[in-house]
Amino acid sequence: MSTPNLTAEQIEFQEHARAWLAANPAPETQIDLPLSQLELAKREQVEYYREWQRSCYEAGLVGTDIAKEYGGHGHSGCQDIANREMSRVGAPFLLNTVGLSMMIPAVLKHGTEEQKRRFIPKALSAEEIWCQGFSEPGAGSDMANQQTMAVRRGEGWVVNGHKVWTSFGQFAKHMILLARTSRDHKYDGLSFFLCPVEGHAGVTVKPLVKMTGELGFNEVFFEDCVIDDSLRLDEVGKGWTVAMTVLTHERGAAEGAGGGIRAVHPIERLIGLAKSSQRGGGLAADDPVTRDAIIRQAIVHEGIRQDARRARVPALNDHPMRLPMGQGVVRTEFEQDCARLGVDIAGARSTLYKHDDAAPDNGYWPLAYMNSYALTIAGGSNEIQRNILGERILGMPKSK
Amino acid sequence: MSKSNRPPKDFGFGADEEMLRDLARKLLGERLPVDKLRTLVAEDHAAVYERHERQRWDEALWKEIVELGWTGLAVPEQDGGVGFKRAGIAGLVEEVGRFALPSPLVATLNATDVLAQAEGGRQWLARIADGTTATLAITNAVGSWELGEGDLSASEDGGNLVLDGAAYFVQDAFKADVLVVAAQCGGDRVLCAVPADSTGLSLVPDRIHDLTRDQATARFEGVRVAEENVVSRDAVGALERAWPSILVTVAADLVGCAEWQLQTTVQYAKDRKQFDRPIGFFQAVKHPLVNAMLDIDRARSLVYNAACAIDFDDPAEALKAARMAKSAASDAGAFISDRSVQLHGGIGFTWECDVHIFFKRSMHNQALYGDGVYQRKKLASTMIGEI
Ligand SMILES: Cc1cc2nc3c(=O)[nH]c(=O)nc-3n(C[C@H](O)[C@H](O)[C@H](O)COP(=O)(O)OP(=O)(O)OC[C@H]3O[C@@H](n4cnc5c(N)ncnc54)[C@H](O)[C@@H]3O)c2cc1C
Repeated sequence: MSTPNLTAEQIEFQEHARAWLAANPAPETQIDLPLSQLELAKREQVEYYREWQRSCYEAGLVGTDIAKEYGGHGHSGCQDIANREMSRVGAPFLLNTVGLSMMIPAVLKHGTEEQKRRFIPKALSAEEIWCQGFSEPGAGSDMANQQTMAVRRGEGWVVNGHKVWTSFGQFAKHMILLARTSRDHKYDGLSFFLCPVEGHAGVTVKPLVKMTGELGFNEVFFEDCVIDDSLRLDEVGKGWTVAMTVLTHERGAAEGAGGGIRAVHPIERLIGLAKSSQRGGGLAADDPVTRDAIIRQAIVHEGIRQDARRARVPALNDHPMRLPMGQGVVRTEFEQDCARLGVDIAGARSTLYKHDDAAPDNGYWPLAYMNSYALTIAGGSNEIQRNILGERILGMPKSK
Repeated sequence: MSKSNRPPKDFGFGADEEMLRDLARKLLGERLPVDKLRTLVAEDHAAVYERHERQRWDEALWKEIVELGWTGLAVPEQDGGVGFKRAGIAGLVEEVGRFALPSPLVATLNATDVLAQAEGGRQWLARIADGTTATLAITNAVGSWELGEGDLSASEDGGNLVLDGAAYFVQDAFKADVLVVAAQCGGDRVLCAVPADSTGLSLVPDRIHDLTRDQATARFEGVRVAEENVVSRDAVGALERAWPSILVTVAADLVGCAEWQLQTTVQYAKDRKQFDRPIGFFQAVKHPLVNAMLDIDRARSLVYNAACAIDFDDPAEALKAARMAKSAASDAGAFISDRSVQLHGGIGFTWECDVHIFFKRSMHNQALYGDGVYQRKKLASTMIGEI
């Protein structure tokens, strides 16, 4: 089976990736695995995924296109292939998403040689997990409204402030930190740091409990936390620019380096549920309204695949960013709508929590539904995404 | 074209397909900008709706189109046509929809696709490649899209067939040289090519909303069909095999039309000021237009996927892909049509504003060959199972 338009290097790599994934399926485990990265809560889960990422890294599927001197494998145009192949076999997700999809692109673009050599290799192998410290109680959608202050002291900086919704904070060695270094300018008063977290004086990570009752993200307090100036990324006052580099990579993270979140085809899963659920005295799968709702989602699902395909055909794209930028909204709402539909189809049984033996699909649907709000809020809410699409793609005036 | 090939990643939309699409965009952009379209089809609201004049179209432009060979695109090469890739035809029809071109092109493409699936269709295919126009006459009085249903019967008389009854909802009938007709003949459903000037055939115009096409009921009273014009003894089979192409062509027209509606409404949202700001500033205006864009994108991607599946995949896959495309395109068309009027405000509700021309073409196409709900019902039977 050959794919057209690939270079010799890419073809060889694709064969390698397929062979390796076929020979190295995700290890069996007794531990309770989460639905996605954002539901990671336990150490043992982290260790399972750390091990998986490490073996993918050693096999060349992670850090594929990154230069060898920074711990990568020095290929070109092969990371997408690796991601696609991992996704195709439903491989477990990669643990260190913030490291892979945010820190590394930012450091490659804005970092010093020393920073690249120090941070990239250990992020690739998942030895060091990263978290993202952008959001604050007063700075969510309006991200530039940062109040966390970094003040110059000698060779370093003293940080005080409060970050919220910090995913992976409880497992993280480092944080990409956006902080205010000047109160005189909203945007140009921001700077960017590669801040130590684990075991670092003045940094306290407190878990936050999500609406599902699960742990997931955290708040992080900085109290006279001292960091070295060598951990500053790009110039003082350039924090917003670096943050923009990060954000252009963030929304792509779920399908990009993340890879392989779902093992079961979402539509087949819904059909399976409908065939084992009752509605109005018959099977839900025979109810016309339910059938229509499922096929609607099937069309969206196929649309997502075909949008991705069309995005790679320049002649069928009048605006090069229209399809890529639209996908964030489409995909996250697809996940949400599918999960919600599963709740509807499950009917009375959707009330059951995952620890109830009668819960269909081990309680997947209501939990997936609730957790889907992570997708439509995190990384810039879908309302903000729609602003951006309306302004940057369709050219309508800025809403602010 | 070999069906054993894997569908190409680019849908088969290569340099030739792009060139034709760009040419169509340029030609129609020059010859049928929206002000000309308005003069052509919507100068006077009473013309069509009260005086029941026939919808106007630009026959000189059509001559050029025929010379450019667009009518022969779907005709296989061995029958004197171009045998163009379906993705290329979709690309062309998108432009036709974008400019709301009044012409027999879509009807002819649809009829061609059926003739290409009929054992005896070859001589007609060659004529179509030379500029003969055609349309399908296959629908019954209640507008059923079930392929075995119709209100026409055929009886054998010597070597000829004699047709009696009527076919309804015949698209651009007054522009067609030949009608491709399905009729019940004893236990068979036969497919005939009936020249529009046949004795006993009369076209009764439907009063329709769409200003960019005509539609008629075709009445058959003892219409004799010569043996060579009985093109298939298995009309349902031929229609079934052609159905994916028919759905994709109409879906492509819808997508092109929808993109015009989107761009026009976005432009209005940038220009029109209220409360000292362009109305596009307000998210109640901006966000629905973004939603419309996402819907159109989905429909467009599904159209090219289905077009490609017709050339490269097995028939069941092609039909499934085509139904998805038509469902998505009908729904996307309905949504942007709704917003295009609403977001233009009072002016959008007037004859003077161009949006109604596209609104009506879209609404017509949404219903044609089954709307979104209908396609999904069919899809459910294959994807979930019969009830
Ligand atoms: C599961 C999860 C994980 C997260 N992980 C991280 C992380 O690791 N690191 C990190 O830094 N942050 C993280 N976040 C934070 C996330 O980026 C913010 O929650 C998000 O940007 C929204 O900010 P907010 O919560 O303050 O909501 P607000 O900005 O207060 O928004 C509230 C509501 O108002 C709407 N709204 C706001 N402004 C506008 C506008 N201009 N137009 C229209 N609607 C508007 C929003 O869409 C939303 O519906 C995470 C969030 C979640 C849910």
